[in-house]
Amino acid sequence: MFKNFMNWIEYRMPFMEKMNLHVMQYPAPKNFNFWYFFGSLAMLVLVNQILTGIWLTMNFEPSAERAFASVEYIMRDVDYGWLLRYMHSTGASAFFVVVYLHMLRGMMYGSYQKPRELLWIFGMLIFLVLMAEAFMGYLLPWGQMSFWGAQVIISIFGVIPGIGDDLTLWIRGDYVISGATLNRFFALHVIALPLVLVILVFLHIIALHEVGSNNPDGIDVKRPNDGTKIDNNVSDKFTFHEYFTKGGKKIIVDAIPFHPYYTVKDIVGVVGFLLVFCAVIFFAPEGGGFFLEPPNFEPANPMKTPDHIAPVWYFTPFYAILRAVPDQLFGAIFMFLAIIFLALLPWLDRCPVRSVRYRSTFHKWNLVNFCVSFVVLGVLGVLPATPTYTLIAQIASFTYFAFFGLLWLYSKNEKTKPLPVRLS
Amino acid sequence: MSNAPVDHGRRRFLTIATSVVGGVGAVGAAVPFIASWNPSEKAKQAGAAVTANIGKLEPGQLIRVEWRGKPVWVVKRTPEMLETLTKVEGQLRDPASEEEQQPAYAKNQHRSKKPEIFVAVGICTHLGCSPTYKMSDFDAHVEGIASGFFCPCHGSTYDMAGRVFSGVPAPKNLMIPPYMFIDDTTVIIGADEGTA
Repeated sequence: MFKNFMNWIEYRMPFMEKMNLHVMQYPAPKNFNFWYFFGSLAMLVLVNQILTGIWLTMNFEPSAERAFASVEYIMRDVDYGWLLRYMHSTGASAFFVVVYLHMLRGMMYGSYQKPRELLWIFGMLIFLVLMAEAFMGYLLPWGQMSFWGAQVIISIFGVIPGIGDDLTLWIRGDYVISGATLNRFFALHVIALPLVLVILVFLHIIALHEVGSNNPDGIDVKRPNDGTKIDNNVSDKFTFHEYFTKGGKKIIVDAIPFHPYYTVKDIVGVVGFLLVFCAVIFFAPEGGGFFLEPPNFEPANPMKTPDHIAPVWYFTPFYAILRAVPDQLFGAIFMFLAIIFLALLPWLDRCPVRSVRYRSTFHKWNLVNFCVSFVVLGVLGVLPATPTYTLIAQIASFTYFAFFGLLWLYSKNEKTKPLPVRLS
Repeated sequence: MSNAPVDHGRRRFLTIATSVVGGVGAVGAAVPFIASWNPSEKAKQAGAAVTANIGKLEPGQLIRVEWRGKPVWVVKRTPEMLETLTKVEGQLRDPASEEEQQPAYAKNQHRSKKPEIFVAVGICTHLGCSPTYKMSDFDAHVEGIASGFFCPCHGSTYDMAGRVFSGVPAPKNLMIPPYMFIDDTTVIIGADEGTA
């Protein structure tokens, strides 16, 4: 009966065929470690954001007069409203945690290198849209930090020579941030950007499955089939979709089907993640003032600036670069360059070896330099700009960009270790 | 179906012509979507320039005008007040108004078009409080200077040209809005010769 039904479907739409291609018969390298959790976790958080977001819109009122009060209404009067909102606000921070770790994984194992450049570019686009989504979402509660944070960020566009003032006016739809701004940000936050995000995630996965997953060793699991017998090949036990074997022209070595092996492994990651996520939601939903900032518990007041304006933690590394440059225009340029250089990694890194495991000691230290610079900038971005902090921010911005410059220089003739033939 | 050979030149022309017409249509269709983001008529009206009558302004007097939800001051400075502008220069953070807190025509010592008429947005550049005008008892805050502006919130002080003193929390001079004189007694705030 069920089989007949499935056959009926299959005749009209290749459902099982696509499921096999992308899930049951997709070859994933057998040596994924915990760093490979963060992709699936990002998808989990995306689902969480969409679901809780839809429920929040049921009670949220996007107007300058009502927004703040409607959020309080959700928190106090709607059954489980507080939980839905904390899941959404904590989810925003969790999204950036997993995405940053997911990106670091890609950088460590050279997952951006040929042939995965487009995959990396889609990832960077997802990151950009995610930042826009988070920024617009932060305006919606219409608190003091919502208002003044948006004021600072929108005014960044004002530094563009010639069109800056008109551009900021166009973005705000008013001479100051007002209900008009709130309403358009709401529309973009709940409809436009989530749609774009979902489409980009789809493309990211299609691009991934076309070139195949990288792995901690950075060597290929698909090789041309020249008829030689490969010993102890776990892949012999499984059937993979013929799309990946190209009708026997390729042989798959040391890979296992995504389902059930990595679906089950990812569940372990999900459980671990949810333990931390729920702990934050239930015991520290404000994230120590980093996930929900204290000034945001006051309604937006255009007549009074909070003592200290700091963006939410996930923007602070880039915000610190913006502030570190004395000139406003160049500050904004460097801030965007910080992201553009990341997107250019596939072309800046000229080393044929992918994984950090087999690359030079210098590369390892350079990667450490990148992480340290990023974290230092992130910390400085939440602190007020005193002369000492500004100097440190300038040094950290320099070392951040130095990572890319050095990488380009040494990667061409880098002294690497011999690559293994098989996955370890 | 005719069996005439395919005319590639004609096919290419038609493809390009169709694409161009379609592209123009797409650009045209984008106009309402982009233009709808401009400030609405209602927002424009609320943000329009305001007129102030300064004919009856006494020397030393300050009047407040509301523009875009902010208090704008118009002060008729006395010759003594103008003299102090030179006197205080050593104590100021930005005496030459290097920071872009004013239109080009107000980037001078008195930060105004006419030396005696001072127009400024009365919002402290520190945290947005509105400073108090001290016409004659400013020397309690800055020794030897009779008049200036004092912010009661965090003690920032500004001279009679809205220039901030050093060593106070406020980082910048007061904002000067665009303005223009229609005649000797009428000033328009929020528009100048460049925008009107």
